[in-house]
Amino acid sequence: MTSATDGAPAFRLELEGITKIYPSVIANEDVSLKVEQGEIHAVLGENGAGKSTLMKMIYGVAKPDAGQMKWEGELVHVENPAHARSLGIGMVFQHFSLFETLNVVENVALALPGNPELAQLAAQITEVSNRYGLPVDPERLVHALSVGERQRVEIIRCLLQNPRLLIMDEPTSVLTPQAVRKLFDTLRQLAAEGCSILYISHKLDEIQELCHVATVLRDGKVTGDCIPSQETPQSMASLMIGKELPVPEHDAPSELREVRLKLNRLSKPSEDPFGTELRNIEFELRSGEILGIAGVSGNGQQELLYALSGEELVSDPDSVVICGHPSGCDMPDRRRRNGMGFVPEERLGRGAVPRMSLTENALLTAHPADMLNHGMIRFDRISAFARNCIDDFNVKCGGEEHAANSLSGGNLQKFIMGREILLAPKLLVVAQPTWGVDVGAAAFIRQRLIDLRDEGTAILVISEELEELFEVSDRIAVIADGRLSPAKQLADTDIDEIGVWMSGMWDQPATAELDAHA
Amino acid sequence: MLRLERRPEASHLMSYASPLIAIGLMLVGGLLLFTLLGKNPLEGFKVFFINPISDWYGVSELLLKATPLMLIAVGLAVGFRANVWNIGAEGQLIVGGITASAVALYFQESEGVHVLILMVLAGGLGGMLWAAIPAFLKTRFNTNEILVSLMLVYVAQLLVSWLVHGPMMDPDGFNFPQSRMFEDSALLPLLSEGNRLNLAFIFALAALLVGYVFMYRSFTGFQMQVAGFAKNAARYAGFSAKRMVWIGLLSGGAMAGLAGMAEVAGPMGQITEHVSSNYGFAAIIVAFVARLNPVGIFFASLLMALLYLGGEQAQQYMNLPSSISNVFQGMLLLFLLGSDVFINYRLRWKEAVA
Repeated sequence: MTSATDGAPAFRLELEGITKIYPSVIANEDVSLKVEQGEIHAVLGENGAGKSTLMKMIYGVAKPDAGQMKWEGELVHVENPAHARSLGIGMVFQHFSLFETLNVVENVALALPGNPELAQLAAQITEVSNRYGLPVDPERLVHALSVGERQRVEIIRCLLQNPRLLIMDEPTSVLTPQAVRKLFDTLRQLAAEGCSILYISHKLDEIQELCHVATVLRDGKVTGDCIPSQETPQSMASLMIGKELPVPEHDAPSELREVRLKLNRLSKPSEDPFGTELRNIEFELRSGEILGIAGVSGNGQQELLYALSGEELVSDPDSVVICGHPSGCDMPDRRRRNGMGFVPEERLGRGAVPRMSLTENALLTAHPADMLNHGMIRFDRISAFARNCIDDFNVKCGGEEHAANSLSGGNLQKFIMGREILLAPKLLVVAQPTWGVDVGAAAFIRQRLIDLRDEGTAILVISEELEELFEVSDRIAVIADGRLSPAKQLADTDIDEIGVWMSGMWDQPATAELDAHA
Repeated sequence: MLRLERRPEASHLMSYASPLIAIGLMLVGGLLLFTLLGKNPLEGFKVFFINPISDWYGVSELLLKATPLMLIAVGLAVGFRANVWNIGAEGQLIVGGITASAVALYFQESEGVHVLILMVLAGGLGGMLWAAIPAFLKTRFNTNEILVSLMLVYVAQLLVSWLVHGPMMDPDGFNFPQSRMFEDSALLPLLSEGNRLNLAFIFALAALLVGYVFMYRSFTGFQMQVAGFAKNAARYAGFSAKRMVWIGLLSGGAMAGLAGMAEVAGPMGQITEHVSSNYGFAAIIVAFVARLNPVGIFFASLLMALLYLGGEQAQQYMNLPSSISNVFQGMLLLFLLGSDVFINYRLRWKEAVA
């Protein structure tokens, strides 16, 4: 079937029996995959199912221990990413590979062969970013960019190289619904031009909308191929996790009780010249409800989270009131003692210490829960707490003595969520609760948030995934350019309205056609 | 084709094997060095590493030299674990020696144990005072503690030089730049007759024990380790970065000051310009060879002390320059840094792909 004798070969990429064994785990076992020209091919799987490893082998970052790869009919051994790029393979990683101290143009230039002229390249970047609805300023330093903006840089960097196979690892998690549509248009256009696309995502509705074919991985093995348009999200999910997908139950909140978090005209100039200034943010969050804050990344979410957690202080203590305590000038540990829990966006290095064991990482924030005795650590209690968290939240790991950086991103997220939830906070602030987490685990985490709400905790969820916010929130507000919209009851709004609001236009009548805005 | 490949998880085995490999390579390097200098390498090895500890007196001298190294290294390790880089223990040792000497000279006429107790306190506080300068500047103005603490070493050296040429000079000392010899009440008691090992060795063992408990059992020690591994995680958890700078620098300063007191009240019995034999810098190497672990510091201090003694022997019996000790210290640090690469990486033999 794959005759390359005349004309173009039938398959752009063919994998046969790919196996990759890491010292502690078999990442891929006998994986075969065929991608045709101009095909958008989904790779589905839970965290740790081996999707990323497989993509890394195609892109030359890792090498298979067995099996072979054919590129346009020819047997190839991809030596390294530069080799992959020279073949015409581009990849947008889930974890970004950008130099923080360089600006956008310089980062893009580093990935290109030769020594491109920077000014010319900047113009090209602007052009590509306009064409694909990925606004980014070529002169800005990467360290000042939000997660969403960094991902845009990664996508643009790939597109500039006119790849014949584009690998996209969870590309849409930080885009507005309107921008996702634009990206899909772009991808379809690329596919129509003959570029093949390997699309990794856990968003089943997106895969259904976009992809021609899907290959499903579970525990490193292929469990099936399907045509997404002929499947339901439920049937694909069960192929992926091996059982039915749980759907979070979400009743209306019982009667609202006291205010647990109150922001009074919170304003804060950004410490970073490229950051977003917070302007007069006001809301009240009561016991027993979940308030969701939507927004395109880089619109003040980071700054708001720092001001809420106490990692950055504000001058007016009354602008942040936590459980009745004016807290604007309190350090994070003081806010925790007053009843706040906090899950940050970055897991490794902020929510957890990479080189420390899960036990020690539990101690990081659980120490006020009677884990100390005259300043000495009670190791028996803290390791029991960590074990409990691992069991309760199905954290897949070697045990509580294993280092945080030996866990997959999703499992570490479950551990951090578990740690904060088990501390029974009165107020829980969560950033991106399920970013990069597979559907099974995401549904589980959302259910736990709702359960916690039912126990009376006030929960603030800041997320860039609208579906998630609509699944868990009771009320929803939007942050745009450092300002916060009024919060709406979930029943009184819909995804389209919130999508429009994400462009910062909640004061105008919602008649304007805003698809032009990314 | 030999390739350096990142390990999936840092190797625990290698992090402890690395110092041993470094010691082995240092020995090999030493043998080579002796050969190149035209000496019999085995003879050199014997003079350097065996002769100094061939009798009980030698062993006591080894413990005596190791005492200040243990004290300083354990104090520094507390800060190093939190990425607080106190490079100025040498200066803190000198100031501790000065303040302890001031007490000893002030109480020349008096008998009783209070003199020694006051000297211990003065030594520790003197070292802390000197370390408080970089701590204050760091927490108040965000200066770099590496530079400030290092520069203060030279200030301390000039200070002690001025003192022993002036206010502290022995009036009956024929203008030699040194103080009076201390009275017996200002000298640390010897642990046994016939050698110079004194009570400071017990202090050092106690410091190692306290250091161990602090680092591995206390919450403050845990907080400092978190700050060292992941600054943002410490901030997220609300651990005060300033508090860690203060604890890190003051613990190093206190221990270095105590070591300075132990020198003037121990083997020296007076203060001169040469209070320290670079113990403050050697202790940095000790702390790193020991992986900032108090148990390791005990053994690494013995090794470093042996290099001091071996260097003296090599001068006497092999006509080698005194800097031979520094060469060995340098080799040890160099090989340690080199073999530390293999904690996070491993060598793999890969078939070249056709």
